[in-house]
Amino acid sequence: MSTLPHLPALRGGRPYESLEKTEILDHFTGEVVAVVSQVNAGILKKDLQKIGVGRAALRKFTVAQLIEISAKAGELFLNGTLPLGDKGHTQTADEYVRTLSGTSGLPHVMVRRNMAKIHYALTHVGTVLNGLTRGLPLEVIDRGYGEQSGAAVSYYPTTQALGLVMPSNSPAVNSLWLPSIALKTPVVIKPGREEPWTPYRLIQAFIAAGAPPEAFGFYPTDHEGAGEVMRLCGRALIFGDANTVAQYRDNPKFSVHGPGFSKVLIGNDCIEQWPEYIDLIAASIADNGGRSCVNASAVVVPRFGREIAEALALKLGPIQPLRSDDEGAKLSGFANPKMADYIDGAIKDGLKTSGAEDVTASHRGGERKVVFEGGTFLRPTIVFCDSFKHPLANREFLCPYASVVEVPQAEMLKEIGASLVVTAITKDPGFTSELLDSPLIERLNLGPISTMKISWDQPHEGNMFEFLYKRRSIERA
Amino acid sequence: MTTLSPEAAKAQLEAHLREIIQWHFSPETGCPFWLNWAAKAGWDPRAEIHSVADLLKFPHFEDEWLRDLQPEVWVPKAYAGRPFNIFETGGTTGMPKQRIGWEDYKVDYSEFSDKISDEHFPRNHYWLMMGPTGPRRLRLAIEHLANVRGSSCYFIDLDPRWVKRLITNKHFDQAKAYMDHVVDQAANILKHRKVSGLFTTPKLLEALAERVDIWDAGIRGVFCGGTTMLPQYTRFIVEEVLENRIGFYPTYGNTLMGLAASVPLTPEDEYSISYYAPQPRAILRVVDPEHTQNTVEYDTWGRVELTTLTREFFMPRFLERDEAIRRKPRNQYAWDGVAEVRPFGAMQKTIVEGVY
Repeated sequence: MSTLPHLPALRGGRPYESLEKTEILDHFTGEVVAVVSQVNAGILKKDLQKIGVGRAALRKFTVAQLIEISAKAGELFLNGTLPLGDKGHTQTADEYVRTLSGTSGLPHVMVRRNMAKIHYALTHVGTVLNGLTRGLPLEVIDRGYGEQSGAAVSYYPTTQALGLVMPSNSPAVNSLWLPSIALKTPVVIKPGREEPWTPYRLIQAFIAAGAPPEAFGFYPTDHEGAGEVMRLCGRALIFGDANTVAQYRDNPKFSVHGPGFSKVLIGNDCIEQWPEYIDLIAASIADNGGRSCVNASAVVVPRFGREIAEALALKLGPIQPLRSDDEGAKLSGFANPKMADYIDGAIKDGLKTSGAEDVTASHRGGERKVVFEGGTFLRPTIVFCDSFKHPLANREFLCPYASVVEVPQAEMLKEIGASLVVTAITKDPGFTSELLDSPLIERLNLGPISTMKISWDQPHEGNMFEFLYKRRSIERA
Repeated sequence: MTTLSPEAAKAQLEAHLREIIQWHFSPETGCPFWLNWAAKAGWDPRAEIHSVADLLKFPHFEDEWLRDLQPEVWVPKAYAGRPFNIFETGGTTGMPKQRIGWEDYKVDYSEFSDKISDEHFPRNHYWLMMGPTGPRRLRLAIEHLANVRGSSCYFIDLDPRWVKRLITNKHFDQAKAYMDHVVDQAANILKHRKVSGLFTTPKLLEALAERVDIWDAGIRGVFCGGTTMLPQYTRFIVEEVLENRIGFYPTYGNTLMGLAASVPLTPEDEYSISYYAPQPRAILRVVDPEHTQNTVEYDTWGRVELTTLTREFFMPRFLERDEAIRRKPRNQYAWDGVAEVRPFGAMQKTIVEGVY
């Protein structure tokens, strides 16, 4: 057995060792921990011509059977020892935690939380589908037609495969594609360069649980290859920055996941009790290392802005990097230190525009960007802005960062722009009604609920069922 | 095909070198450029160049000479009065390098014909060239190669300068549309005509194979050249595009050198293609980019240096815009080869190659 694991491409489940490989390095030590085969775009084009094989393999199962397989896969993902590459290596759950932590910079405790989210999603696919389909009998998907609430219904698949151009920042984003297997849609995954571990382990868990290998494509590839995944899969999920979102947003083929610009709003009726909400707001900003699109990146309040900013800074500012196996670790390292340089520079540049103050600076006792035991970290940053128009007021960074801005309640919904999650702390019926009417809020939490809370039986960043299936009219003689 | 010992190959090369130096630097036969150059340089190459090592006495050939000077300065006196072909290098914008010639391309490609099999390129049949024609030597060369084998050739043109401009200006949709236009024409020929041999570039080959089952269309041999082919890409072409059943003949060459053939791939090569110059008419060295008098060690990267030695054209120590791995002599080639050729500096910066 070779000493270094090798992750092959998986071409309809078949391992393929390329002559071109990239190395994955430990974030702290720089040591090579695995090599990953890279495939060219032509291979993707070749394989996608035959993607019907993957779908045919899944169609041999009922949705109910695939839900069971998903649940088994969830247990295996969380606890099992699974194949790691094609050179005889295996990976226990603890090894997965250590390896992913080492290469991504996420501390163990956060990797475990991400694992728990994925496990929950896999073991509750039935609940998820029930929510996404609004109670559609699952046999309708098996047969293609049936009845729902006394009405004839028929659904057809919109694609032969779901393409996924994955990021490297947070393993739990993989939970977005998990229902597609139960929905009989093969996946074609281009993993993030620094995070092949989670999709690879998930695929192995599915296969070990009884899913057909043909349903899984794992293609570490370059920009051109990623473009082919997007072009040739009838439906694709892509993760990227605001530019990527702008590029693909209006094309129904794509579900684009970019910055969430999630926010916490406090209404006039609750603002006097602001100290009660500081822990909740701080958790919304900093949980999962501040890396998620559901992390709050702005706190919008009618009054007490400076006091709230100070209180958050007092709570978050002193947080320092800890060893990755420390259960108290709250910050995530940067596998690519240039990203940390960029973010640190962008915040410093923003602060040059008058009207913003880094309130955390006095509580940090040092620089925002720090190197700890060989890893690069960004410490939490709370910026008080005097207006929502300030360049730092509505920014999102891959670290615990948020602005605090005073905006009159009547202006809030005009100012905040599109937001993936809004936690609105208010009981005011009028304000609640305005919030419910807003087309700019994708997920609304009414009351003191963390922006990080996910309800799996409701759509998250789009409805996967409606993305993969369309309803048609049907008559049968 | 004769296989020379390294000693015999060296002796042959040096005898050829002395003859070519005599030819280009003698007033009775030489061209104005080299006669003037020698007069200004203050030394007589005929007296001082006896071996390949002596070529280091020449400075690197400057490509501006081929851009700025009128073509007649390159006409050897012995060829005076004979109309010549003017060939241009491909892919660049602005004033291209030009090389004049008469028979060299025929010599190169007649020799190359002995290196391709009748199984893959049946004699007395038809070829298709899909690639840069226009002012390039390649167009006449391919037709000559087909003719030498009793065959005729269809042509689909591709203008690499236009493609390069589109890609540089990020007009990717237009580049794709142009590529589709080229491939459409080739697919049309394959649909309506019997063709067994194909010359094209790797990217166009890949695009054509997406459109047409090229084996079913009758293609049995593909002769490819023009751009970087890294081992994984070569493997993809051989295994997945040509499905291990169509002969594949990658080549490295240009208007200034001619054609360096590749040795057939073996499993040990792991799809790393090694090319060998058509010695004695051309010499390829892989040199240290910082100290170009020195070659690099075998199996290490360096910059490609070309010396062309024919009666029609003498070009000493031209530094190509390519880098490659230096390979040992192999098979019938008793001299150094170059492998995994790619644009010089490819590891440091993005180079626009387009489909060429």
